[in-house]
Amino acid sequence: MIDASLVELSRWQFAITALYHFLFVPLTLGMTWILVIMESVYVMTGREIYRDMTKFWGKLFGINFALGVTTGLTMEFEFGTNWSYYSHYVGDVFGAPLAIEGLMAFFLESTFVGMFFLGWDRLSKRQHLGCTALMALGTNLSALWILVANGWMQNPVGAEFNYQTMRMEMTSFAELVFNPVAQVKFIHTVSAGYVAASMFVLGISAYYILHGRDLPFAKRSFSVAAGFGLASVLSVIVLGDESGYEVGDVQKVKLAAIEAEWEREPAPAAFTLFGLPDDETQETHYAIKIPYAMGIIATRSLTGQVDGIKELEAKHEIRIRNGMIAYDYLQKLRNGQDTPENIARFDELKKDLGYGLLLKRYTDKVTDATEAQIQLAVKDSTPPVAPLFFTFRIMVACGVASLLIFALSFYYNARRQIESKRWLLRAALYGIPLPWIAIETGWFVAEFGRQPWAISEILPTFMATSSLTSSDLIISLSGFITFYTVLAIIEFWLMFKFARLGPSCLHTGKYHFERDHAASA
Amino acid sequence: MLFDYETLKLIWWGLIGALLIGFALTDGMDMGVGTLLPFVGKNDTERRVVINTVGAHWDGNQVWFVTAGGTLFAAWPMVYATAFSGFYFAMLLVLFALFLRPVGFDYRSKIDTHKWRNSWDWALFVGSTIPPLVFGIAFGNLLQGVPFTLDEFMRTSYHGSFFGLLNPFGLLCGLVSTAMITMHGGFWLQLRADTPVGDRAGRAGRISALVTGVLFLLAGAWVAFGLDGYVITQLPDTNGLPDPLAKTVALQPGAWLNNYDAQPLTLAFPLLGLLGAVMGMLCSMACRPALAFTASSLSIAGIILTAGVSLFPFVMPSSLNLNASLTLWDATSSQMTLNLMFWVVAIFLPIIISYTLWCYIKMWRKVTVNEIEQNSHSSY
Repeated sequence: MIDASLVELSRWQFAITALYHFLFVPLTLGMTWILVIMESVYVMTGREIYRDMTKFWGKLFGINFALGVTTGLTMEFEFGTNWSYYSHYVGDVFGAPLAIEGLMAFFLESTFVGMFFLGWDRLSKRQHLGCTALMALGTNLSALWILVANGWMQNPVGAEFNYQTMRMEMTSFAELVFNPVAQVKFIHTVSAGYVAASMFVLGISAYYILHGRDLPFAKRSFSVAAGFGLASVLSVIVLGDESGYEVGDVQKVKLAAIEAEWEREPAPAAFTLFGLPDDETQETHYAIKIPYAMGIIATRSLTGQVDGIKELEAKHEIRIRNGMIAYDYLQKLRNGQDTPENIARFDELKKDLGYGLLLKRYTDKVTDATEAQIQLAVKDSTPPVAPLFFTFRIMVACGVASLLIFALSFYYNARRQIESKRWLLRAALYGIPLPWIAIETGWFVAEFGRQPWAISEILPTFMATSSLTSSDLIISLSGFITFYTVLAIIEFWLMFKFARLGPSCLHTGKYHFERDHAASA
Repeated sequence: MLFDYETLKLIWWGLIGALLIGFALTDGMDMGVGTLLPFVGKNDTERRVVINTVGAHWDGNQVWFVTAGGTLFAAWPMVYATAFSGFYFAMLLVLFALFLRPVGFDYRSKIDTHKWRNSWDWALFVGSTIPPLVFGIAFGNLLQGVPFTLDEFMRTSYHGSFFGLLNPFGLLCGLVSTAMITMHGGFWLQLRADTPVGDRAGRAGRISALVTGVLFLLAGAWVAFGLDGYVITQLPDTNGLPDPLAKTVALQPGAWLNNYDAQPLTLAFPLLGLLGAVMGMLCSMACRPALAFTASSLSIAGIILTAGVSLFPFVMPSSLNLNASLTLWDATSSQMTLNLMFWVVAIFLPIIISYTLWCYIKMWRKVTVNEIEQNSHSSY
């Protein structure tokens, strides 16, 4: 039987390690392009300040990058260590983008990151810029393949279940790569990374301007960040994830949960701006609604309708009942009764096999499920609404706040009034966490919203774990938490130290603290 | 071009082997360097010399490991699932050790105090020593069979313990692995680090080469006379769909040597493993570190291939349910995925090797104490 606490602990471990890894990834995604921009200006104009900017922001990038690499290793291990049934069940499909990520992207990124840091004196200017650009390209390609893999978990196209090997197998690599959910996710995620990196540079530059230090350096950095950040934040918001919610049933469930849409409303549906969703009674208290907005956002029309949780659950009930029959045929096929009729019948029903597997939580045999157990599985087939409803709104609020900061920064910077707008500089500095909050809550919406599935409509999360014990997980989870906490403390301490020090840490003799030293010496 | 399934399965055995060898030669090299770091560098500057011989490359090297893991997932998902979840704490030990390396390399030079830098040196030592040791132990356990089973739905479960892995033969293989990686790192340092660091490392490399050779022979004798090997007594169509429960397997004393009887040419691999170590020792003594490094590379390739050929066609034998043993025939992905991934590797591996070599060439020089002192703020 399924060990419920093992499942819970495995989920916690994955969530903690993934969220932690994703503290470092966004900065890497965006910072590499910011470094390319700065270094390009250096190569084109030959002005040394841009080389110093590349080196200094590169130093902060490096402190972050080390932990990105470190925590990324965990992700590569964890499918095998903790989700071994998942690895068997979908490795034929899911493993491919991960392996391609290594070969096409991670090698590129990691090989040239070494040249970026240590190749300054060994390469011509153009060669070094080329290495920086390849590093950025590798980083972003890496995100592409990871999101192709993740997009497949959300909307598993291009694959079919094979009863003989008892797993999902790839039928079309093109469908896997051009999965609309993966494409939208890629744009949304890398743009969010660019926003995070821009806010980081913007906020730290604002700190120098507020202190009147290294102004030429700080203002140039501020300009790059304001421009890149404004473009990126617009990209995140305009090309938001929403358009991906049209495809795939699980995406529809997620949308309904985000909007706390319990029942289908006549088109065009209203958008619930805020309220208190109640999963018990399936209603939203104190809802503030914007008429028409939901219909327009979700269907891009005034006539399209969006299913609510209750309609979706009714559909799931039918599929669970079909899934029970599918499971029965699967057992026949596995026990040697693989007659053409049985195979044909199973092929008709196998799209609902995953829904049948939802019953495994309550009965190992599946086919003997009672009416009460079926109803429990129906309830399980959608995720809890309230956590998704609130995290989604936090994400959007942080996104909008970031947009405001970038728009105002860009405007006043273009008008050369930024130094006098101290409130805005302070907002930029203390706004540094905003993109990270948006990104982490966004991850939660995407992955918690996928529940109860590991692979949408195919493999329930509780079936995907390894055959470990809860005490194994308690030991490993404690190890991760301890190790990650220590690493985080060291990283943050170094990051604050070098950010406060500013370009003086390059020891070129040109910057603020070095001049003080020179003066006093 | 589409290969038939049987050929693809064989090709993938070769590719996984090639990626493991690539991992051992590149990342293994900087792990050997990390292992020697606290011993061949007597002061901070000397240790920085050691670190800067691999400073620009360790990160790219580490991707061999990540890629070997990723391709294992894609090509042999059942092996990835069974090995990683079965060897749970051993894998976590490797992982936690590996955590220490990126931060060690990147953070060490950022703060200039003895305590800070010395701590990171030992972190790098631990992070570089544990992975080869554990991988060696894991291989030693593969040769003895691993206590796992598969149920009718192909769910894998492991019934051993972490401490069960630390049996005498497993530990012996762990030492072979540690010695060969240290040899490799030692010769690299002899090649790339100025005196006196390079000389000390060369000596350490020669000692490790000797240990590698002796322990490898000992392990070979143990396999021949002390271990039961696995043989397939009835094998379903190798072109068929993979089903790890469809074959029958038996235990036989000394059966891990059967492949060498059947294909005497494969004896070249253990010979290469042994002679490579001897040649490495001699070339290092003759102050020809480039040749010594080449010889240690050949030795490592020979040793890994020896393990692979002995097990062939097994990848992960099961000691609990012999028939559930995983082989290259029945633990693989579908024909489509193997074919796709073959072409991805065939296209990208040459590209990767080319740009990696370009980077090594660009950074090529003897790292000297002088240079580190002059570039104190930009070196690792």
